[in-house]
Amino acid sequence: MNSELKREIIFDNYKEPTNRGLVEDSSYLKTNTHSDSCIDNLDFMMKIEDGIIKDIRFDGEACAISTSCASIMIKSFIGKSVDEVRSILTNYINMINEKEYDSSLLGELNVYDEISKQPNRKNCALLPMNAVEKMLENLKN
Amino acid sequence: MNREDFPILGNGKIYFDNAATTLKPKCVIDAMDKYYLEYTSNIHRGDYDAATITNEKYDNVRNIVSEFINCDSKTVIYTSGATHSLNMVVFGFMRYYLKSGDEVLLNKGEHASNILPWIILSEEIGFKIKYVPLNEDYSLTLDNIKKMVTPNTKVISLAMISNVIGDVRDIKAIGDYCKSNNIIFNVDGAQGIPHMKFDFKDSNVDFLSFSGHKMCGPTGVGILVGRYELLEKMKPIMYGGGMNSFFEEDNSYELKDIPTRFEAGTPAIAEVIGLGEAIKYLMGISMEKIHQQEINLKTYFLEKVKDIDNIIVYNKNVNSGIIAFNIDSVFAQDASMYLNHYGIAVRAGNHCAKMLKDEMNIKNTVRISMYFYNTYEEIDKVIEVLRNSKDIFKVIL
Repeated sequence: MNSELKREIIFDNYKEPTNRGLVEDSSYLKTNTHSDSCIDNLDFMMKIEDGIIKDIRFDGEACAISTSCASIMIKSFIGKSVDEVRSILTNYINMINEKEYDSSLLGELNVYDEISKQPNRKNCALLPMNAVEKMLENLKN
Repeated sequence: MNREDFPILGNGKIYFDNAATTLKPKCVIDAMDKYYLEYTSNIHRGDYDAATITNEKYDNVRNIVSEFINCDSKTVIYTSGATHSLNMVVFGFMRYYLKSGDEVLLNKGEHASNILPWIILSEEIGFKIKYVPLNEDYSLTLDNIKKMVTPNTKVISLAMISNVIGDVRDIKAIGDYCKSNNIIFNVDGAQGIPHMKFDFKDSNVDFLSFSGHKMCGPTGVGILVGRYELLEKMKPIMYGGGMNSFFEEDNSYELKDIPTRFEAGTPAIAEVIGLGEAIKYLMGISMEKIHQQEINLKTYFLEKVKDIDNIIVYNKNVNSGIIAFNIDSVFAQDASMYLNHYGIAVRAGNHCAKMLKDEMNIKNTVRISMYFYNTYEEIDKVIEVLRNSKDIFKVIL
């Protein structure tokens, strides 16, 4: 993916993010995610039925990278099984941390494959993933 | 001015994050190096030559502080920073002074270290914290304070200069008012003392806290100054070596005099010496000149930024070198990333004043904070970058 296309995808998802805005529904898992090293602060909610991610929504204040990442992540996760999402999470986090990963699993999330060149933005690209990880962890418990 | 004194300025970067911490002049670094390279030793306990030098240099910093802000050197306590100083006031003095039903006046523009300790202590004692409303321009005035004072008001605690808005509070007027109303006046000088001339004795302040690293000194050292009669009633919040005269099996003990009783353990010796050097350095320039230079720089910035449509400045009227702004429709952190792309260091966020959002209706701002070594050319560069900020996402994404 060339950098112009990456920028366009990130920008579009920042300006018009998918599923921004929370709903009142107790069947959703909920969590907040924020970072000590930046000022991003996002609330997430996720609905899982029969092991399938039915919906994810978010709201809050965050930078262009965090916001766009939340949006792309949501599009990529809805409709997938919890196991599939866990696998994407692992590979995505490996990509951000410059470890080995399978890019074929990541789809549009590959737009962040060079974010490690800006170490101060890595956290931003991880924040939405941390939220989903946290909610899946709570599910396990 | 005085840029040649700061080795780090040779890196070509523009540093506008001075409210977070300032750069260090070579004389401060050298003074600390000298302690480590030539006369390393602990204080108060050695009979050898190096220990004598250390004692003398370490203790003399109290005299330097007393000359700097006109206070009694016996009332100068070394701490690890303004946060430590403020916690000493709250947990060493206020814990024994305040009672249930008393009222403490704060305001929502204060830094976390002048709000959170009060919240924690109020849970223990049951006194009430009241927040003095800010004016429309987010400044704090004596008139607003007066409206909140009741017969139960025992303490007013505020920053000399607030760290987000940068408004300069009239400490002398508030101090006089507190004195005549028998209210303890606690001042957070972290953003004020590095930038303005201040007279402790003349201002009727009861406690004053500040940090070394925001005034050309090293990190890890700060100062608490208090009125002697109050320090006599204050209890240490740390106990150990260096601060006691004796202790016995029957639990009897005696603490040393003020200020030593508040300085348990081996202190940050090199840092205290470095802070002394920093204060001498600032006095050598003169606090009046430092303040004037910051105001000149800020005025220049405001003049230049006027015709850039998408820059919103929140604190045009304040008399300090702090500028709080946003690029319209751009998250503050994206704006600071954008400036970083051009080697310009600023800060984005709530700047540890997490309640200020209630007054401002915005959570986060970009903050430029000046010091005397900043230049008009640096501001020109920032203005140029801000002028081109319509393309911000092409740059940061």
